[in-house]
Amino acid sequence: MNRPASPDTRAADMDFDRLDWAWFVDKTVQMLVFIGGMSAIVLIIGIFVFISKEGFGFLAGDFDFREFLFSSAWRPTSESNPTFGILALIAGTASVTGLAMIVAIPFSLGAAVFIAEFSSGKTREFLKITIELLAAIPSVVWGFIGLAIMNRLIIQIFDVPVGLNVLNAGIILGLMAAPIMTSIAEDALKAVPDRYREAAEAMGASRWQVIYKVVLPAAKNGLLGAVLLGVGRGFGETMAVLMATGHSINIPTSVFDSVRALTATIAAELGETAVGSSHYEALFTIGISLFAVTFVINLTADLIVRGVRKG
Amino acid sequence: MFEATQLNRKNQRIQKLYRLLLGSMTGLLILPVILILGTLIYKGGPIISFDFLFTNPTNGMTAGGIFPALLGTVLLVIVALLASVPLGIAAAIYLSEYAPDNWFTRAINLAIINLAGVPSIVHALFGVGAFVIFFRFGTSIIAASLTLAIMTLPVVIVATRESLQAVPMAFREACWSMGATRWQTIRRVVLPNAVSGILTGVILEVSRTAGETAPIMFTGAVFFLPLLPQGVLDQTMALSLHLFVVSTQVPGIPESLPYGVALVLISMVLLMNSFSIALRMYIRGKKKW
Repeated sequence: MNRPASPDTRAADMDFDRLDWAWFVDKTVQMLVFIGGMSAIVLIIGIFVFISKEGFGFLAGDFDFREFLFSSAWRPTSESNPTFGILALIAGTASVTGLAMIVAIPFSLGAAVFIAEFSSGKTREFLKITIELLAAIPSVVWGFIGLAIMNRLIIQIFDVPVGLNVLNAGIILGLMAAPIMTSIAEDALKAVPDRYREAAEAMGASRWQVIYKVVLPAAKNGLLGAVLLGVGRGFGETMAVLMATGHSINIPTSVFDSVRALTATIAAELGETAVGSSHYEALFTIGISLFAVTFVINLTADLIVRGVRKG
Repeated sequence: MFEATQLNRKNQRIQKLYRLLLGSMTGLLILPVILILGTLIYKGGPIISFDFLFTNPTNGMTAGGIFPALLGTVLLVIVALLASVPLGIAAAIYLSEYAPDNWFTRAINLAIINLAGVPSIVHALFGVGAFVIFFRFGTSIIAASLTLAIMTLPVVIVATRESLQAVPMAFREACWSMGATRWQTIRRVVLPNAVSGILTGVILEVSRTAGETAPIMFTGAVFFLPLLPQGVLDQTMALSLHLFVVSTQVPGIPESLPYGVALVLISMVLLMNSFSIALRMYIRGKKKW
């Protein structure tokens, strides 16, 4: 933006108040807030450095890339032959996140279209606030709901012995991710300029035709960004997944199998490991992988969403 | 002349159908949560009393109150706010008032997005590696709070930046043309007009911080302590961790106890969020520009 008569340029013209107290304070504050801004970058690099530092011993020593990625034997505490294969954990995370997205994507996109295009005034305000409040429910409470309520429902409805499984965690995670996806998707729909809608309506299109043929294609990237952020959220969720999946190492063959997720493994085992042991370092190595994957997901979502704003 | 054609009517019907479909999808998203909240209130409500909130647990956690956990959560939130609010506001002032539009600013924004998107358990690992081990805080309130502060920093930054940017440019220009420096302008004109917006962000952060579990599990929160924490280098109990443990790891707990803890936690969080939303709507209604 063009800022007329910015104090920066003016101070340079006026030699007499260069050593002024106000000028000095101004420069000091500028430096302080710059450090504040820098802190975000320093912290994200710090996170990477510190988890890499703790995981490094494993990567340099016991780490076997093929075993790590392609073996489903996660036996870190075995005395004779500890193995660190995370394939089953990846399968657990993927199955739960996948089911969650099957639940959450249609519902949250549908809700976003309804809120943005079909509702107005008080209804709209009410729905937006409700969605915002749903997004605020802590993950440990969701986990408790999975454990105490969903567990019993699943056992009753499907007549299975254990209700802590992919289905339970998938539904819980879907309900958790949906509010966030809904509000980001709704923003994307609102960002489509009204003149697009007006032009289509002037051509005789009905409300639904406007949405289907004009608004949705125009908001495509924003909606994709919303879905990606939902995936990232599901992928990184810890407490709810720890409590609702049943936490047993398994490559699932049906939604009624109990599984174990990457994040939940760290949460369940870190407390029991000795600092510096292979097990401890292997957990940090899982952390590095989680960091890398979510970094890529967030970066992609940001690029896609920003693409919309430019276009 | 303006009679509806058959095509119009067909389109009308289709539109109504979709409206109904999408409306019921929205309802289906909200309804289960309402039912769940109802269940929490129904099963946890009866146990909640003054004693439940303000006495210590007894009988190996199976009876008594949750006071140390409640107090611990409050302590964790306060220390986390002391760290993240000044830092977050400084970052937001930089981004809104100083930052040029260049690669460096984009890098900061990207870092903020990633801080918000990194899984909470990775923040926990960072807390262990950095605060517990490297800075030698041990498992303590300060280590847990700093981990929480970093995790929730994006909430403050984003809310503050938005409320700073909502202050019209003309206010700043008027101030500059009176000879004020950039900081004098921010201090006397921009911040006073943005302060309530910043407050809504801080309240949101409180709510977010109070509900987090994973980041504090290994950095400073423990399930049981005989004494209340005496300083920031002590460990503490916390409500979120308390819920996790009473619902998963302690046998012989009466069913209403975890429901009661869940209800207290969720009420705290939702009240805080509602307050923040109400404040935001009040500001929006009052705004004159």
